[in-house]
Amino acid sequence: MEKEKLFGLIDLNWRFELTKFKLVRWIFKSRWFPLLALIFNLSVFIIILLAGFIGGYSAGNYNFGVMIVWILWWVLLMLILVPFFSRMWCMVCPFPLFSDWFQRGKLFEINTGKHRGLNLKWPKHLKNMWVMNIGFLVTTFFSGFFTVRPYATFVLLGSIILLAFIIGLIFEKRTFCLYVCQVSGFQGLYSQFAASEIRHKDEEICKKHALKTCFLGNEKGYGCPWLLTPFNFKKNTYCGMCLECFKTCPHDNMGFFLRVPGKDLLIDEKRGMDEAWKAFIMLGIAMVFFLSMQGPWGILKDMVRATTLKGYLTFIAIHSAFSLLVMPGIFFVFSYLSKLASANKEVPLKKVFINFAYTLIPIGLGVWIAFSLGIILPNGSYILHIISDPFAWGWNLFGTANFPWTPVFTGLLGYLQGATLIIFYLFSIAYGFRLSKQTYPDLNQAKRGWIPMLCFLTLITLTFLWLYLG
Amino acid sequence: MRILLKIILLVVTGIIFFTGLAFAEEHFFEIKAKKFSYTPNIIRVKIGDKVKIRLVSEDVTHGIFVDGYGVETRAYPGQDGSFSFVANQPGRFTFRCSVTCGEFHPYMVGYLVVLPNARFYLYALVVLFIGGANLFFISKKKA
Repeated sequence: MEKEKLFGLIDLNWRFELTKFKLVRWIFKSRWFPLLALIFNLSVFIIILLAGFIGGYSAGNYNFGVMIVWILWWVLLMLILVPFFSRMWCMVCPFPLFSDWFQRGKLFEINTGKHRGLNLKWPKHLKNMWVMNIGFLVTTFFSGFFTVRPYATFVLLGSIILLAFIIGLIFEKRTFCLYVCQVSGFQGLYSQFAASEIRHKDEEICKKHALKTCFLGNEKGYGCPWLLTPFNFKKNTYCGMCLECFKTCPHDNMGFFLRVPGKDLLIDEKRGMDEAWKAFIMLGIAMVFFLSMQGPWGILKDMVRATTLKGYLTFIAIHSAFSLLVMPGIFFVFSYLSKLASANKEVPLKKVFINFAYTLIPIGLGVWIAFSLGIILPNGSYILHIISDPFAWGWNLFGTANFPWTPVFTGLLGYLQGATLIIFYLFSIAYGFRLSKQTYPDLNQAKRGWIPMLCFLTLITLTFLWLYLG
Repeated sequence: MRILLKIILLVVTGIIFFTGLAFAEEHFFEIKAKKFSYTPNIIRVKIGDKVKIRLVSEDVTHGIFVDGYGVETRAYPGQDGSFSFVANQPGRFTFRCSVTCGEFHPYMVGYLVVLPNARFYLYALVVLFIGGANLFFISKKKA
């Protein structure tokens, strides 16, 4: 890591250990955590599934499942969890709970023996984000149903839980979370920007510790369920924050740190086309979601809602082509221009393309945060209704069942969305030039090669600015 | 120099505002609401204009709430709703359905654009300025 300051202010290597506080460390090392949080979350999920099943095809804004998942959870994920706490959602996600339980045969205690199930290894050529990329894109084909119809939410969540369990029967540990889960991919991508990380504290202690218990497990906990090597991992991308490494490390050498947002973007390790395409797909989905949900065009809403088969197929075709081909295609042109401008003939175009794709992570996250503001501020007040009457049975548990629809700060929405885009644009270009220096060995080449990419990032930001405010 | 800039800014803002008010017009829009869109879906007025809206429902009960202005009305099948307001804030504002009208209700929206859309142009200028500044500082960088 180069010793530079982000925006000329913050040392990129700055980090502050939160687990140095005894209470935090005690919680992280306890076997009750995150298990208790996970069980609580599972109980909420059971209510969500029940509400989804009972809710049928009614209006989603008065359904517990739809509101908690697509308004509250999604917004919390994009607005707080991922930007600040990396993949903390994975820590408490109930999807793999049943397969974990089945494999281990125990919920609380440690099974140091053989795990149940076939424990097969995931095919090597699929050890990347491609399955998650396609899975998430295909899932968004049904966004016009599951984000608004309770029963569709029930079917989607129920299918994911079932799939997680089936994959857990066949493949080892958290293979589902690593390579299949639709929610995992974009969290992994954007967690590279997160303002926190789990890492070892002292590299030397890990080097001297011959028995890598964080990977192999011991009587205190399981070897990394995410199949990582916590003693040397450098990026948040695939760390599901299950905290097993805190429990298995005999030297207390794992820590949870606050850090400079986006630090992982400069780690040149395991960069690939899969993650690059994930960044394009996420931008493409953000655009389609905005147009269909926050845009005024009824024709697009009809297409997404499948009022006609032709319209729906057109939506799928345009959505897929835009995310998988058009966005990457435009980016490829700018990458080519970057290579031309740099006048460097040795650097492969593929490397230019992949490296610069990581500049899309901050602005991509900013686009999603801005989108999420447009969801929660107008619609958040419905949550007060559904927590009092989760099954639409006329209950009034907390006295808020009749709380009227109340948009909050929606007059400021444009200002907030614009400011969000500008802040994340700043991060994108701050890391962008550093990525240019990593791509091109010579400073002058890096300067010249950076210009087309800066233009691309500016265009993307202006495009979304126009969508949100123009 | 700073004082001069402030004066120019004040004058330009004043011209935009007062000419807007001086030439303020009254606009009437009949907005038809049907699951899950409005027609017209985008209405454009100038700052200072008086806007009168009549909401007509073509199927179920719908509402209209204008962000930033806080005005609202409802229309029932066969019974229109209306309201008026002075468009005194520039920018784009979403108007949205305020009565649950079906599954896509939270996303039944339209846009009110009060010209000049200074908010968008200001943000776009900031983005361009930041990009230019980035280029300037990077060109000055030495190994």
